[in-house]
Amino acid sequence: MDRVILHVDCNKFFASVECLHRPEIRHLPVAVGGSVEKRHGIVLTANGLASARGVKTAMPLWQALNRCPDLVVVPPNYPLYVRFSGLAKSIYCRYTDMVEPFGLDECWLDVTDNVKDIEEGRLLAEEIRQTIKDELGITVSIGVSWNKVFSKLGSDYKKPDAVTVFTRENYKNLIYPLPVRDLLYIGPATEKKLLARGLFSIGDIAESTPEELCSFLGINGYMLHSFASGSEDSPVKNCEHKRGIKSIGNSVTAPRDLVCFEDVKLTFSVLSETVARRLRDSGLKAKSIGISMRNSELKTITRQLSLSFATASERVLLHAAMELFENNTDKPFKIRSIGICAFNLEDENGTVQFDLFGEVKENIKYERLEKTVDRLRCRFGNNCVKKASQMTDMNLTDFDPYEEHKVHPEGWFRL
Amino acid sequence: MKYKKTYVEVTAKFTQDGAIIPLKILWNDGTSFFVDKVLDVRPAASLKAGGAGIRYTCRINMLETYLFLEENRWFVEEKCI
Repeated sequence: MDRVILHVDCNKFFASVECLHRPEIRHLPVAVGGSVEKRHGIVLTANGLASARGVKTAMPLWQALNRCPDLVVVPPNYPLYVRFSGLAKSIYCRYTDMVEPFGLDECWLDVTDNVKDIEEGRLLAEEIRQTIKDELGITVSIGVSWNKVFSKLGSDYKKPDAVTVFTRENYKNLIYPLPVRDLLYIGPATEKKLLARGLFSIGDIAESTPEELCSFLGINGYMLHSFASGSEDSPVKNCEHKRGIKSIGNSVTAPRDLVCFEDVKLTFSVLSETVARRLRDSGLKAKSIGISMRNSELKTITRQLSLSFATASERVLLHAAMELFENNTDKPFKIRSIGICAFNLEDENGTVQFDLFGEVKENIKYERLEKTVDRLRCRFGNNCVKKASQMTDMNLTDFDPYEEHKVHPEGWFRL
Repeated sequence: MKYKKTYVEVTAKFTQDGAIIPLKILWNDGTSFFVDKVLDVRPAASLKAGGAGIRYTCRINMLETYLFLEENRWFVEEKCI
């Protein structure tokens, strides 16, 4: 028997959760958006009424308000969304332990062992849809199929509050006419390449040979062919499956452009504090560090360097980040957003090679000190110990990536 | 009819097997309402007041009403006059 895979997608997740909690705005067009003052002013999600008026995800708020002047903009409440995401997952786990999250609002479920055939899979999907509606007060759309890609297509096919089944009998009629852009991992660049070669629909991709696709898409041609033809067979990973961490990073869009090294150092100091703390929380040290910078013309560059020893100290990370920045930026500059990423990770209890000049010994001293500060912050809150330097410009340093930025993007390619 | 979410103080019993049973609701004006019987317990959303948690269907003074436990706070759906 074929596998039965469900893909559950919470419709307009952030907006739905906000509308549930604020009955007074439920009948109005609503968008969840970042703060305009802090230059995070884009639409994160819009509810159905706002979407119908042309408000789209990632649109700047001013543009959204131009299209829909009576739009109600509410600030995001990530802890609440994380709670609802957890509640939804606990509902899925009543049916199967094969639950693989794809972001906060989407999950794949492998229910093959619980059902006789795909029709029973559909009934189970209807039950889950109703349970989420009753218990969480939000709607989901569910795709049912024999592989992850088609079930994801199914959850996008009919929205909101619906179940779509793609079987071996109906998939050619229903999926093949869809535009290539609907397929997972086809973005604007790949779409352009496909259209240029006369491949307009998913069916066109499925009916090409993998070699043809590889001739202009590289190795991804094989992957896209398997996605379009239904031969993709990756397993749904168990929800207990812990992914190996490959890198830890944080970035921020500053409330104003960063124009001098002091501005950059202040911002990096907050980011390196968080990255180092997350490394220590995970029992890891990093041997390489990367920085990303986006200027006011939205051009992004990334640079990286290898450290001579592995570290989980914010002091060392900050020093390396500044060295990278100073060596790769010409004055004058106008930086809009910057980020730090630690990678090449090692276990914190691994062997340590001491050096002649005592740098490693110093590093261990800093790590101990910072671990003590971690414990203080755990007990008394993140603001109980603060660097005096960060108080010189509170406008730049008044953000807490450790608490606020816990929502991480998901990728298909992972361990 | 409009409703609002009103958080209330509750006296509850924690049973040996871990269940939480509300016994008394203390209203904002100081009035106490005793829960005669808990008729149903289930996870549910409150569309009227806005929220989601464990919903207790309680009989209080011969009337059925919902009492919600949302994480660690209790609320009721209060009618707005």
